[in-house]
Amino acid sequence: MMKIKNTKAKKLQPLEKISSGISGLDEITGGGLPKGRPTLVCGNAGCGKTLMAMEFLVRGAVEHNEPGVFMSFEENEEELTRNVASLGFDLNALSAKKKIVLDHVRIERSEIEETGEYDLEGLFIRLNHAIDSIGAKRVVLDTIEGLFAALPNHAILRSELRRLFRWLKDKGVSAIITAERGDGLLTRHGLEEYVADCVILLDHRVNEQLSTRRLRVVKYRGSVHGTNEYPFLISKDGFSVLPVTSMGLDHPASSERISSGVERLDTMLGGKGFFRGSSILVSGTAGTGKSSIAAAFVDAAARRGERSLYFAFEESQNQILRNMKSISLDLEPWVRKGLLQFHASRPSLCGLEMHLLTIYDAVRKFKPRVVVMDPVTNLISVGTEIEVRSMLTRLIDFFKTEQVTALFPSLTTGDNTSQSEVAIASLMDVWVLLRNIESGGERNRGLYILKARGMEHSNQIREVLLSNNGIGLVDVYAGPSTVLTGSARIEQEGREKAEIDRRKAQMDRRQREIERERGVTEAQVAVLKAGLEAKIEALNQEITDETLLEQVNAKSRFNIAANRQADVEPKLKNNGTNRIH
Amino acid sequence: MSKTTKTEKKNSSKAPSQEAWELRLYVAGQTSKSVTAFANLKKICEEYIPGKYNIEVVDLLINPTLAKGDQILAVPTLVRKLPVPIRKILGDLSDTERVLVGLDLRQRDEQTV
Repeated sequence: MMKIKNTKAKKLQPLEKISSGISGLDEITGGGLPKGRPTLVCGNAGCGKTLMAMEFLVRGAVEHNEPGVFMSFEENEEELTRNVASLGFDLNALSAKKKIVLDHVRIERSEIEETGEYDLEGLFIRLNHAIDSIGAKRVVLDTIEGLFAALPNHAILRSELRRLFRWLKDKGVSAIITAERGDGLLTRHGLEEYVADCVILLDHRVNEQLSTRRLRVVKYRGSVHGTNEYPFLISKDGFSVLPVTSMGLDHPASSERISSGVERLDTMLGGKGFFRGSSILVSGTAGTGKSSIAAAFVDAAARRGERSLYFAFEESQNQILRNMKSISLDLEPWVRKGLLQFHASRPSLCGLEMHLLTIYDAVRKFKPRVVVMDPVTNLISVGTEIEVRSMLTRLIDFFKTEQVTALFPSLTTGDNTSQSEVAIASLMDVWVLLRNIESGGERNRGLYILKARGMEHSNQIREVLLSNNGIGLVDVYAGPSTVLTGSARIEQEGREKAEIDRRKAQMDRRQREIERERGVTEAQVAVLKAGLEAKIEALNQEITDETLLEQVNAKSRFNIAANRQADVEPKLKNNGTNRIH
Repeated sequence: MSKTTKTEKKNSSKAPSQEAWELRLYVAGQTSKSVTAFANLKKICEEYIPGKYNIEVVDLLINPTLAKGDQILAVPTLVRKLPVPIRKILGDLSDTERVLVGLDLRQRDEQTV
């Protein structure tokens, strides 16, 4: 997309532009319509030419203090006033303040006869008078081609129109001239030949019973402009061309993290949850708990005191509130406190652009920090995949610019991620996939994180448990070929517990055995020790006895020797003791 | 034309009619077209409705606001205010036949004569 910057460095003065007052159009044209030049707005009946021209005029008068003249060849003043009153434009008041002049030029073909040469000086005088009477800077001629029906002499008409556009330029007024679309031509009478400075084409298409309006800048002499077809809307606030805001990728990136409202999910996301301002896709088949996760997210935001906006495309507000109570998420107090707002509507209620605008409006007014669009896939029923994708791109850009964290539950069919989801997924920062795991005759919910930009995240699958305690994530048992969830997991848990118990009992038993064995061994040791001691004791007794005997013997030998009067004196003590020990 | 309007009145005593013709010629300045138109108009009136007509010439350059009243775009434009219905004849009135048809004089002429 292009953002046009007026090159002020240029020596030549670039084309001056004036704000069209139409939201989005100035972005596409890089500043608005050419100042002091006529712009041709062409399109089929009912595509909003008159309204666009009128808004150009009214916004100019109100916002830029540029009075304007509306010369209508179709509707009279009263009709015009009434038609735009629904958009909040009070033409009567503006006329009274001399901000706007409405001039209805009515020509009855039946009243008119041509008799020779004439010119349209009358129209010039009339227009000139109207312009001068209020000092108009803007002029609208709606639909000047009406003249072709009224005046049979097209040769005169053509030359006079050429003169008129020249005259408007000389007059220095910025003009919008509307014209009907022709076959193969931009306009039925080839007005684009005369008004060649800027040509805007409006289109109104009905696709699958839903209408979309589109705008294209066909030509803009002396200026770069967006060349695409841009959807536009006519809403109660007037004409607006999308994209309204960001056409670039320059939104801020916050490093603040916010909780998802599910504790284990935060843990899986590096322990801190999502980045603020990120876009989160929660995809899954029907009944996998997408809305519950969305509700938990909204609940967490409200607990932090942040406002959130919940766009429901499937359920009504009351239904969501009731359903979420079943998993102990009572959102009603938040609604009452004004922290949570619901916007429930069927996607087929209006076209994509209308949805986009409603969302823009609601976000601008409510200023939420968190937005949920549940389910975003329902919008696909409204447009083609390309349209939805482009709409989502704009929406995500918008949310990011506003630093709104957006969660998009997305319904998928079948087990495989569908094509459209993949297309959406590339826009998202975080993709949480919920899926049904069917095994052992039951269905359980599994949760993965497929991607999470800029943060570490768990690669594990978790089982989602929705109960009246809220949303819980538990580990699953990963087997060689499959993962176990639900009853199978509980069974597995039981088995494991029994195994642990059994092992513990076995341990205890063995411990007791050892204890017993230790007792026996110790007893044996005691016995042996006792035996040993007894032996030592006996030995010592023997030694004592022996010593005594020796002493007795020595004594007796001494006595004998003494008796025999031997010449050597016998030793009494040491002899015996030395030997015994 | 220096005057705002220029009224030509003819005495209608010659051929009294139940209908008075009120004609208004819108011009923008004294251009050759407006002069031709006025001359042609006068000639036709004198020839077909003598004495019954009243011509008012409006110069839009002087009175631009009057253009709105009769929804004037082209000049010169001849407006037949009376008799009703209102008829508008664009151009310098050089095509007499068509002026007569435009003023409903052609049919009337044939019927009366």
